[in-house]
Amino acid sequence: MLIRNTTAGYGVVSRLFHWLMALAIFGTFGLGLWMVDLDYYSPYYHSAPYVHKAIGILLLIALAARFVWRVANVKPSDAHFTPFERVSSHIAHAGFYVLIFALIVSGYLISTADGRAVDVFGWFSVPSPGENKGLEDPAGVVHTYLAYVVIAFAVVHAVAALKHHFVDRDSTLTRMWSGPPKT
Amino acid sequence: MTLRLTSLALMAALVLPGAASAADYAIDTKGAHASINFRIQHLGFSWLAGRFDQFSGTFSYDDKAPDASKVNVEIDTNSVNSNHAERDKHLRGADFLDVTKFPKATFVSKSVTPAGDGKATITGDLTLRGVTKEVKIDAAYVGGGADPWGGTRVGFTGTTKITLADYGINFNLGPASKEVELALEVEGVKQ
Repeated sequence: MLIRNTTAGYGVVSRLFHWLMALAIFGTFGLGLWMVDLDYYSPYYHSAPYVHKAIGILLLIALAARFVWRVANVKPSDAHFTPFERVSSHIAHAGFYVLIFALIVSGYLISTADGRAVDVFGWFSVPSPGENKGLEDPAGVVHTYLAYVVIAFAVVHAVAALKHHFVDRDSTLTRMWSGPPKT
Repeated sequence: MTLRLTSLALMAALVLPGAASAADYAIDTKGAHASINFRIQHLGFSWLAGRFDQFSGTFSYDDKAPDASKVNVEIDTNSVNSNHAERDKHLRGADFLDVTKFPKATFVSKSVTPAGDGKATITGDLTLRGVTKEVKIDAAYVGGGADPWGGTRVGFTGTTKITLADYGINFNLGPASKEVELALEVEGVKQ
C-alpha cells in the first residue's frame, strides 16, 4: 500500500483524508440540522451540540493537515480530463478548502462570542479569540448558509465523480477508493 | 418584561412623597442607573437571570399626586443578555423573542394606584412579541431629590411577573419555567 500519491493515483493518506472527512462533514451536517430543533428535555440537548463542535474542531485540524499533505505530494494525472473538467474540478477542490475552513470558523465564532472556549471531547479546548458581543448572530447566519453551500458542492462533486465512473468509464472514482498500482 | 418594569417605575413615581412637584423625567439609561432584569426557573432547580441592555423611557411624577404619574418604556429586544452567547442567540430567535420580527417591546402605563408608604401599583400595557397584555407592576419609591451635579433625580423599583405563553412563547422549558419575573430598577433625571 502506497503512503504517498503518485501520478497514477492517490496514496492511502490522501484517500483516508478524503473519505473520513466526507463522512465527518456529512455526519456533522446532519447532526447540526437535527440538533437545532431538539426539545429542551431531549437527552441530546447538550451532547449533540457538544459532539458537533468537537468534530468541527477536529475537521479543521484535518483540513490543515490535508492541505499540507496535498502540497507535499504529487497530484495524480488529470491528463484524461477535458479542459473544462480540469478547470472546474480545480475550482471545486479549492472551493472546498476555502468553504469548509470558513464554515468551521463561523461555527467556532458562534460558540466563543461570549469568551467561552470550545471543548474537544475533554482532550483539549480551543479558547475564544476574545469576547465579541453579538457576533453569534451574524456568525450563525453565515454558518447556516455555508453549510448548505458546502453540501451543494459535495453533491456536485459526487455527481461529477459518478459521471466519470458510469458515463466516461474512467478511473476518477476508483482511484480515490483503491490505491495506485505499485510500480 | 421590561415593559412591566417601566410601569413599576411609573407607579412608584406616583407614590413617591416629597420630591418635586409634577415633572417629567427621562430614565437614566445613559448613565445606566436603570435596568430591566428578568429571571426564570431552570428545571425548577435554580433561577436563571438576565436583562435587557438597551431600553429607553420617560415618566412623569408628582409627589403630591402620584396617581397622575405616567410611564413609557421601550425595550430593544435584541439586547437580551443572559451572559451566554448561544443561549442569547436562541432567545433572540423565533422560539422566544423573535427579535427580527419584533425588535421592540413597550410598556405604557394606564393608571397608577398609590398604596401608601411610597408604594403603588402601576397598571399598563406590555407589548411583547407583538402581543399586548395588561400587567400590574408592584412599584416602590426608593429616593429622590437634588443630585450632586445640579440635577434632580428620583428613583423607583418594581417587580411583575408574566407568563411566556401569553406572549406566544411556547418553547417547552419545563413545568417550572412557564413564568418570568421582571425586576425593574429605574432612576429618572428631571427634564
